[in-house]
Amino acid sequence: MLRKGIFRRPHIALEGNTKQTKAITPDVPEELCIACPSCGKMMFSTELDENLGVCISCSHHLKLNARKRIILIADEGSFIEHDTDMTSVNHLDFPGYDKKLKSAKADSGEKEAVITGICSIGGINTAIFIMDPYFMMGSMGSVVGEKITRLFEFATINNLHVIGYCVSGGARMQEGIISLMQMAKVSGAVKLHSDKGLLYVTVLTDPTTGGVTASFAMQGDIIIAEPGALVGFAGPRVIEQTIRRKLPEGFQRAEFLLKAGFVDDIVERRRQKEYLRLLLSLHERNGENDVSL
Amino acid sequence: MSAYDVVLKARANGRATAQDYINGIFTDFVELHGDRRFADDSAVIAGIARLGDKSVTVIGLEKGSDVKDRAARNFGSAQPEGYRKALRQMKQAEKFGRPVICFVDTSGAYCGIGAEERGQGQAIAENLWTMMTLGVPVISVIIGEGGSGGALALAVADEVWMLENSIYSVISPEGCASILWKDSTKAPDAAECLKLTSRELYRLGVVEKVITEKLGQQQIYDTLSRLFSETITRIDSEGKEKMLEARYERFRKFGSYTETVV
Ligand SMILES: [Zn+2]
Repeated sequence: MLRKGIFRRPHIALEGNTKQTKAITPDVPEELCIACPSCGKMMFSTELDENLGVCISCSHHLKLNARKRIILIADEGSFIEHDTDMTSVNHLDFPGYDKKLKSAKADSGEKEAVITGICSIGGINTAIFIMDPYFMMGSMGSVVGEKITRLFEFATINNLHVIGYCVSGGARMQEGIISLMQMAKVSGAVKLHSDKGLLYVTVLTDPTTGGVTASFAMQGDIIIAEPGALVGFAGPRVIEQTIRRKLPEGFQRAEFLLKAGFVDDIVERRRQKEYLRLLLSLHERNGENDVSL
Repeated sequence: MSAYDVVLKARANGRATAQDYINGIFTDFVELHGDRRFADDSAVIAGIARLGDKSVTVIGLEKGSDVKDRAARNFGSAQPEGYRKALRQMKQAEKFGRPVICFVDTSGAYCGIGAEERGQGQAIAENLWTMMTLGVPVISVIIGEGGSGGALALAVADEVWMLENSIYSVISPEGCASILWKDSTKAPDAAECLKLTSRELYRLGVVEKVITEKLGQQQIYDTLSRLFSETITRIDSEGKEKMLEARYERFRKFGSYTETVV
């Protein structure tokens, strides 16, 4: 049950303060050549894009930036982004953080490691967040925590389900303890959303580790993973250093997690939109959805 | 005293552990074992005890007393079973209306093959989620090391306190130094950057109280005993709704960012 008074006014009104994103065409030369990190197959970027960032030879799911995922998942033109201008500040004066933020912005074309908003998927409205692997490896600092928290609060007020694409190297050490606090902050918002009977689906993509795994990535009612995605609390290198031996083949991969009972299924990228649409339709709540897109 | 001096103090052998605090503060402690899923993880001790005349649930990350005991308890680094044991006790506390008091002292959650296979991340995530709306007062005290997610899993509370010479950090100074400068011997520099001392964390609003260590250990126990009773009485008097709202807001407020377009 949602307790009265727990929320301040929603941070985002539905109209104003949000903006429609343009369909983004990344500003790169047309024919870039990319090697599959798994099998080494050389592919043209256009060829790879056409295949949704999945290797045409071995079906390895390559990293994908957040905007491309929106295009794959959301109905065309339906995505309305929230909190578009929120950026990090170096509140601890942590050495090198300002420079890191600057290059992360340049590398990813994003202002932070997550984009949030609302969209429709096969005609069904949902709230959605998508983390970006190209912004400091999707690490979680104040902005990631705040944007996702606001999204859950918004979804709770407006009776929306939430879909979350996770990719993260963990908590962002440059923000010290405040990044650790984001784990608790987001967890609180997820819990209130859940207590209202709303659905939260997480999609774990390669790699999802650390503080994100130990909080909202693992708090979905339904958790799915992309094929081959590495998902864990401790990263494989840290574990290898600790136990001083090599990890078994396939350790912490999606298939391993499925067998261990920690994900509901593995869903290929090309099936994800239909899969998510089906889940949303199985959880449709008659007339309770207050948001019109 | 430098930040790294505090780190060394927080980690020192012979520093009072969770078991010492439990013995020093409570009476009639009944230890309860196991997570009812897989095993009993001795890095976590949990049970019921009396604080004055009130029954409370007590949970602690326990580093151990001597070499053998410390090894058996993985130096206070809990496996998923440890967090699930804690969760089981918290849910019982909720059922019976007992406040929960946690003592945090760990360099971090256990790192290993088995811990990953049995869902270390999931176990911590479930604790954070559950504690956020647990219907009884929760107080956590960091008595030595508060290492990252493994510490937070017992520190989603109405109030979090720290011993003066304890630390609380998102990453160990050694880990931070080796990522930042590829040199773990620069841990003292990293310790400064991370702002992990009780003084800094109090300034950042991450902890409500810092317990001075200028007192003797017995006086620390007496002080904590009094503060626990006072705080639980105050939270109880305000009612459950207010308690949960305040707990949500306690964590909701953390974060610094800007939204102005430059
Ligand atoms: Zn390939």
